[in-house]
Amino acid sequence: MATAAHIHIESTGSGSYQVAWFGDWTKQSSAPDTNQYLDQIAGDESCDLIVLDGQAVTDWDILFVSVLYKFTEYALRNNITLEYQGIPEGAQRLLKLATAVPERKGARKTDEKKRLFRRVGEKVLEVGDEANKMVHFLGQSVNSLRRFVRGEAQFRDIEFAVVIQQVGAEALPIVSLISVLVGMILAYVGALQLEPFGAEIYVADLVGLGVTREMGAMMTAVIMAGRSGAAFASQLGTMQVNEEIDALKTMGFSPIDFLVLPRMVALIMMLPLLCLYADFMGVLGGALVGVMTLDISLFEYYTQARSAIGFGDILAGLIKSIVFGVLVALAGCMRGIQCGRSASAVGDATTSAVVTGIVLIVVSDAMLTIIYDVVGL
Amino acid sequence: MDNNQSSAHIMVHDLTMAYGDFVIQHDLNFSITRGEIFIIMGGSGCGKSTLLRHLVGLMTPAQGKVCYGEKDYWAASQEERDSINRRMGILYQSGALWSSMTLAENVALALHEYTDLSAGQIEDIVALKLALVGLAGFEKYLPSEISGGMRKRAGLARAMALDPDILFFDEPSAGLDPISAKLLDDLILEIRDSMGTTIVIVTHELASIFAIGDNSVFLDAETKTIIAKGNPNILLAESPDARVRQFLTRGIQENA
Repeated sequence: MATAAHIHIESTGSGSYQVAWFGDWTKQSSAPDTNQYLDQIAGDESCDLIVLDGQAVTDWDILFVSVLYKFTEYALRNNITLEYQGIPEGAQRLLKLATAVPERKGARKTDEKKRLFRRVGEKVLEVGDEANKMVHFLGQSVNSLRRFVRGEAQFRDIEFAVVIQQVGAEALPIVSLISVLVGMILAYVGALQLEPFGAEIYVADLVGLGVTREMGAMMTAVIMAGRSGAAFASQLGTMQVNEEIDALKTMGFSPIDFLVLPRMVALIMMLPLLCLYADFMGVLGGALVGVMTLDISLFEYYTQARSAIGFGDILAGLIKSIVFGVLVALAGCMRGIQCGRSASAVGDATTSAVVTGIVLIVVSDAMLTIIYDVVGL
Repeated sequence: MDNNQSSAHIMVHDLTMAYGDFVIQHDLNFSITRGEIFIIMGGSGCGKSTLLRHLVGLMTPAQGKVCYGEKDYWAASQEERDSINRRMGILYQSGALWSSMTLAENVALALHEYTDLSAGQIEDIVALKLALVGLAGFEKYLPSEISGGMRKRAGLARAMALDPDILFFDEPSAGLDPISAKLLDDLILEIRDSMGTTIVIVTHELASIFAIGDNSVFLDAETKTIIAKGNPNILLAESPDARVRQFLTRGIQENA
């Protein structure tokens, strides 16, 4: 049976202390915490000798060495002479190994508690810094777009084509599914209100206007933020980690031209097209509900929808989709290019790209809706 | 001006490197002679790779200058800096091949952008560069389809694409088996001897340091500056600084 572990400390003269351990000092022996004993020595500024006595220790493991190390490290740090008495040879060897490389000056981090004002201040400065980075990135992207228009931008055509395929054609299945479902949901919600008045036919108007002016562009953009924005951030973030972006820079290629531009142009081109497609699929979803549950014929629904949806409504949605395209591409690429150099930073960049993208979509949508109202679009 | 300075390819004057307020290394002064193999050595975390990033223009010095020939890199215009950069090749620690391109496309990109060579001529040069690093026939492979050592060699082929005057290597032997590391050392020597390229290597691989290093600087993490300069073999025999000798003997001499 294990002997109860205890520790005894006594002052053996001016400035010298004897620390003695008794019993089993193993992880299973419920040994006491030793901080208070070290505090006792630390409180005496005249201390110049510590004798560590392990003669009465009956069993030991790494727990004992960790306690010895605490005293040894304190003595070394404060230039206090240290003597070992009856410390097992194995423990002494481990202590020698642990103290072989002296602690690097200034390397230790202090657990300073930051005051509330300081934390708030730092957060405010971070927001300012973030805004600064966004404006800087926006400026670089506009410059790059200008070079693209002049035909001076350096990027690979094949890369551009691949991105167009990824953000355009490959997004069709998910855009189809979501748009049809959104059209159906709008139709059901509308039918619930209109049916008591016998005005089911106006479901076609409601779905048509809702989808073309608002939901087609918005849902496509949200899908793109989750799909392409996240993909851009993770692709560029991984390139940052792998030093691929450094390699571009040092070979004289602009990473903005080479990586951001093709992605931005592709998304700006593809989002309006996907939005048109989503409009069509949304109206189709509404028609499905109309024909199957409201006894409206397909022709009636088509005629009603045509009379309700004007060119202005489609244009309103298209303008929104172009703005959303710019914002989603900027958010995705910016987070990727600004990504840190670790695997977790890539994850953070991806999450941040999606969140930034969706926030920008909703905010700009609200602003555009107000502007449309003012200009009468 | 002494002989050494007149043939200096790169000169570093009073360079201080810092992340914000945190100084990594300060007051670095050294010059790298044209055609020599120059080693930047020191313990882990002392700022070797950071120094390399300053030399190639990826980081701006907190203070001091980096000169290529007579030209102060950071005082030069963007065009002049781009032109200096096109005269250098860099082999990054991981190879840093562009993952969406084949090995041939990786090597060919700079040739397409910066030369007037025909597609056929570029194809021939790419085939030669890949063959020089022992990767003949791997033109159409993607970086993800080859091993780490091969990626490093392909990175070297890309770094040599424009026949640079200076080649920088960041920990070239890291992650390579001893035989591959020795082959890479031989390749570096061969490149220098056959083309007169100035080679700058960041490493703490002792075998490489002694085998190919003509000259070196030793960065110390504690004092945050250079504590020794010169031929590594001479430093081993004659350096008065115990930290340098300990490093160059893996601590064996000091502990004996």
